Amino acid sequence: MELELRGITKRFPGVVANDDISLTARSGKVLALIGENGAGKSTLMNILSGLYTADSGEIIIDGVVQHFKDPGDAIAAGIGMVHQHFMLVPVFTVAENVVLGVEPTVLGTVLNQKKARTEVRDISRKYGLAVDPDALVETLPVGIQQRVEIIKVLLRGAQILVFDEPTAVLTPQEVEEFFGIVRELQGRGATIIFITHKLKEALAIADDIVVLRGGKVVGTANPATATPEQLASMMVGRDISLTVDKSASAPGARVLELDGVTMVDDYGRPLLDAITMHVDAGEIVGIAGIQGNGQTELVEAITGLLQLAEGAIRFQGADITRTTPRERHEMGIAHVPEDRNHVGMVGTFTVAENLILDSYYGQPYSKGIRLRPEAIDTSARTLVEEFDVRPPIIENTGSALSGGNAQKMIVAREFSRDVPLVVCAQPTRGIDVGSIEYIHEQIVRKRDEGKAILIVSTELDEIFALSDRILVMFDGRIVAERRPSDTTPAEIGLFMAGRQA
Amino acid sequence: MSTQTPDSLKSPDLPPPSKGRLFFTQLTTATDWRTALLIPFLAVVMALVIGVLIIMATGSSFSEAMNAYLALLKGSVGSLRAISETLTAATPLILTGLSVALAFRAGLFNIGGEGQLLIGGMFAVFVGFSITGLPWFIHLPLALLAGIVGGAIWGFIPGFLKAKTGAHEVIVTIMLNYIALRLVDFFLKTEIFQREGRNDPVSKNVEASSNLPGLLTAIDPALRVHAGLIVALLAAVFIHWLLFRTTTGFEFRAVGANPAAAKYAGMSVGRTYILVMVIAGALAGLAGTGQVLGVLDRATPGFSAGLGFDGIAVALLGRSNPIGVVFAALLFGGLSAGGQQMQASANVGIDLIGVIQALIIIFVAAPALIAAIFRLKTPVASTQISKGWGS
Amino acid sequence: MSDTRVTPAGPDMPEESYAYSEKRTRELTKGQVRRARILGVVMLVLAAAVVLLLIPGTTGVATFDLSLSDEQVQLAPLAIPSTGALYILAMVLAFLGATQFFRGFQGKATIILGISFGVFVIAVMIWATAGEQFNLTSMLVSTVARSTPIALGALSGILCERAGVVNIGIEGMLLGGAFTGVVFGSLIGGWVGLLAATIVGGILALLLAVLAINFRVDQIIIGVVINLLILSLTSFLTAQLLVEKPEWNDAPIFPAIKIPILGDIPILGPVLFDQTIMVYAMYVLIGLTTWFLFRTRWGLRTRAVGENPRAADSLGVSVYKTRYLAVIYGGMVGGFAGAWFTLGTVGRFDEGMTGGRGFIGLAAMIFGAWNPIGAFAAALIFGFSDSLQQKLAIIETPIPGEFLAMAPYLVTIIVVAGLVGRVRPPAADGQPYEKQ
Repeated sequence: MELELRGITKRFPGVVANDDISLTARSGKVLALIGENGAGKSTLMNILSGLYTADSGEIIIDGVVQHFKDPGDAIAAGIGMVHQHFMLVPVFTVAENVVLGVEPTVLGTVLNQKKARTEVRDISRKYGLAVDPDALVETLPVGIQQRVEIIKVLLRGAQILVFDEPTAVLTPQEVEEFFGIVRELQGRGATIIFITHKLKEALAIADDIVVLRGGKVVGTANPATATPEQLASMMVGRDISLTVDKSASAPGARVLELDGVTMVDDYGRPLLDAITMHVDAGEIVGIAGIQGNGQTELVEAITGLLQLAEGAIRFQGADITRTTPRERHEMGIAHVPEDRNHVGMVGTFTVAENLILDSYYGQPYSKGIRLRPEAIDTSARTLVEEFDVRPPIIENTGSALSGGNAQKMIVAREFSRDVPLVVCAQPTRGIDVGSIEYIHEQIVRKRDEGKAILIVSTELDEIFALSDRILVMFDGRIVAERRPSDTTPAEIGLFMAGRQA
Repeated sequence: MSTQTPDSLKSPDLPPPSKGRLFFTQLTTATDWRTALLIPFLAVVMALVIGVLIIMATGSSFSEAMNAYLALLKGSVGSLRAISETLTAATPLILTGLSVALAFRAGLFNIGGEGQLLIGGMFAVFVGFSITGLPWFIHLPLALLAGIVGGAIWGFIPGFLKAKTGAHEVIVTIMLNYIALRLVDFFLKTEIFQREGRNDPVSKNVEASSNLPGLLTAIDPALRVHAGLIVALLAAVFIHWLLFRTTTGFEFRAVGANPAAAKYAGMSVGRTYILVMVIAGALAGLAGTGQVLGVLDRATPGFSAGLGFDGIAVALLGRSNPIGVVFAALLFGGLSAGGQQMQASANVGIDLIGVIQALIIIFVAAPALIAAIFRLKTPVASTQISKGWGS
Repeated sequence: MSDTRVTPAGPDMPEESYAYSEKRTRELTKGQVRRARILGVVMLVLAAAVVLLLIPGTTGVATFDLSLSDEQVQLAPLAIPSTGALYILAMVLAFLGATQFFRGFQGKATIILGISFGVFVIAVMIWATAGEQFNLTSMLVSTVARSTPIALGALSGILCERAGVVNIGIEGMLLGGAFTGVVFGSLIGGWVGLLAATIVGGILALLLAVLAINFRVDQIIIGVVINLLILSLTSFLTAQLLVEKPEWNDAPIFPAIKIPILGDIPILGPVLFDQTIMVYAMYVLIGLTTWFLFRTRWGLRTRAVGENPRAADSLGVSVYKTRYLAVIYGGMVGGFAGAWFTLGTVGRFDEGMTGGRGFIGLAAMIFGAWNPIGAFAAALIFGFSDSLQQKLAIIETPIPGEFLAMAPYLVTIIVVAGLVGRVRPPAADGQPYEKQ
């Protein structure tokens, strides 16, 4: 099937998310749609999947103009969507997830579980997508969950498959398997649209590349001839450096020390398994790993948000294992949390209030239990200026800021404190390039001031650009330690997939 | 760097912001004061219109319904006596409204005003009748304090259970209401409380030295408005100060708007829940205290008379703002005082007032509904404070 | 299927890490050990309560009648020497408590705790009945009857919440159903009353659905408002209409219908199979809804919408329509349950006569882990505590009636405090779905 988009435009209050987008995806070919976060990719695919309706423009399949009122229409037209955040019901089985909406029934009401299982097995076999139809989805690794998503769309007879950032949560090995699946589908004549911001993957798998920026198509490229640098400058609109300028590190005294840190979940399964590591003054330690391998728990253990089952944490020589987050904050641990919107700030609070979120109770922001609005506002104005938060209006609510500026606000709050240790989880996830550069500079500056920095990131590029030392986490353990100069992304990727050092 | 960064397109591409806490945006940021006043005003109008339909549905004519409303108006503001009655009725509503509003701000739904009011009232009555021979300036504060403590204890229980076990405060407070009702029934029949020579459950009268003095008795001894009104207004000022000018209030609001962020910032969410419920309970307890020391002089079964529930309506109409709560309480006080008159002279049951209040909450809680009915073009957020039963 | 794992681990790794985590589980359960100790202490306190509070002054034989007077087969009454029995029960409790304290029942601790409470309740019954007569079967009959509105209320909640809509307006639906049932029952007849009650429940649910689903109003607020609205409205209408026209408030009561053969079984017969049509309807609704939820297309979609509405939406399942259907069905069950209070028992309406049963139904729903069968079992416990306090009040125990009347409310608090942390509500429960 051939899919053509003509002049798709979609406006949201205040923004034009898709501006006159036209493109064509050919049968048996892979079209890569690349762009930064916020370039309008997800909006476009929500329009394709019938979740949004375009304000203007046409979707044409094999020469016929389509009108999607809801996702059901898009499915009926042969479009299958594999979402970035899997659209699965965790407490359902694979078979139940797959047949939801097109359930095989007896007499029109009673579920035919047996037939559902058979349908899943048939597709599994046909496309080489091995899954157990009776497994509960929440117990499956993400790579398998993605297969469930693919089976879902194939069962609905999709011939145009749209993948939204399909590799974001996969290990490099799983990515290879995924590419195998894509080639298999392609070989059977399916039309594939592959949405990503990872240039190398686009170049590796695509037949055609379309670049989006600011909601517009800014160019197309031929993967046979294009280079990552060309694509990157098209995506960003200016030449960017993928590296951070920094001098060699000069590690000083030991600041943070973890010794056999262990944590388990409600069922007794280990989340952190005897982690021993350290961070010294004047160095940046980067934790690499696929999301969900214990990084979140590690950060929360260090900052005191989660209690250890076993092991000890020392900070500047003092045992802090049993101290509260507040006590650690006061001792001098700054924390940029991984989830900006739900943890790092209170959306309904003003920028000024968010800037004192974790130090409101002390000098100079309060006296006794009385807040001191003048001191709060003065400090907020200075920080907003210094850390380039835009717009610099401290009375705005936190939720009114864009992702990059919200992150700058949080960085302002944490970095403005003169403390020995800064823990940054996913410091630049989902924000614009300008803000990324700015935040990276701040991190390096902090290191050069002699602070100890711990970075957790799922972006290997970021880890390589910033770290003086790389630790790799897999399944709750530190499985490798390398200096960036002594290793390659490929090697780190293998460790991320669980290979032992 | 241009101001039009790709990042400015964030809204459609990122997952939507926390849906859970939009209520507070709507409650706290009245960007347009006309909108802030218009919605409650239209809500009251709509509720009164439906009230007419209900009166007519029970077989009355339109003019009879209008007569009922006329009686309502006269009974609330038609005379000095009426105004005194309105203020008397508004006094406990200010306090229960503050109780609910404060809890709302911290993300808790205190439906336990009834129980807290009863227990607080019982504590105050006990101190009021059991101690004799004290001067009023010692006895009255002591009785008020007892009421505060009683309500605080009854508020502590759901706060504590929420903090320690995750028990949903809505169910616990409702159950505590029923338990408080039964406790009052029980204690009013014990020797300690029951009035000498009576078989029915009624407490001894409180000593005059613990009475909240009437404010207008110099003009006419029948004017019931009492010093409890001043206590209530002071409480409103205090809660406003606490919420917006102190670190404690900062914590309350942070926990209410985003518990995860509050925890990240080193606040103790559980401790905040307990403290909020203790203060909310104390406020409701003070409402009960005002009733027994200022109006009733004694405790009778179920003397809470729905004031705790009315507090929910007051808090919602007042948008959980202490100042708004005072005005909402005055309105509902007027409805309540006028309702007495309506029942007496127009023969329309006072329970209609409860119906009208419930309708007002519906329209205030669903501003989009009002906007749809009146074809307003105002941005309206959804109302959402709770997240099911998970802790 | 072994080939589903993508991440091949080193050959030596799995066994080792498995053993490692085993060790961890045992060691790290300091918190669990403490909890086990606490439970043990609770059981020992119960044992002590039997010895110190119940045994002193208790003499004579507690006689429990097992048959109703009108039954064909009359069983001999159960005569229990009270003092001896109390000592035995105290010993059982002490044994269970000590075992729990020192060794722990681990996974079964909660069940053992439940059994301990059961044993304690039996002890209280023996103590209260010492030297008197108490008809056990008749109490069980009323247990089933009284658990009916609670079980149906819970079912109403389950239907709404499985679809992701919190319904704390069950109390209002019950009250609305009770009122409508009596008015239509008095004017036209019991069956019409039942139908009218069901429809009114559905209308209230429609209000909940419109405000919760379309207008995205906070669902707890709507529930509270429905309760307040119906409490005021029924009180108003009672004062305006029923007081003047008492003939509108005098409905026929559904008689108990004995099911042939089954109804003649001793004890079980009268308890389960000689009840009113509403009790039988409850059995059917519980069974039918369980089947609907877990075996049909509608049930799968309803649960999907309550767990992950966006996933359902992306597959062309209409979230709004599914939620509307579930909520309205739930409301109708609630209205039907309300009719029990009038048409199923006394035939007349009193203000606020539901007395919090809707909320107790919610607790039963949580206790039963959002499962109809589980909720029914929980409702039986509430029905038991409800009917026990009624019967104990009749045989004049030293416990004041007000305290007995508190029992169901206290049990509810214990349930939500003790168990809500461990059962998982539907993931999207209470969250409005915003279609983009």
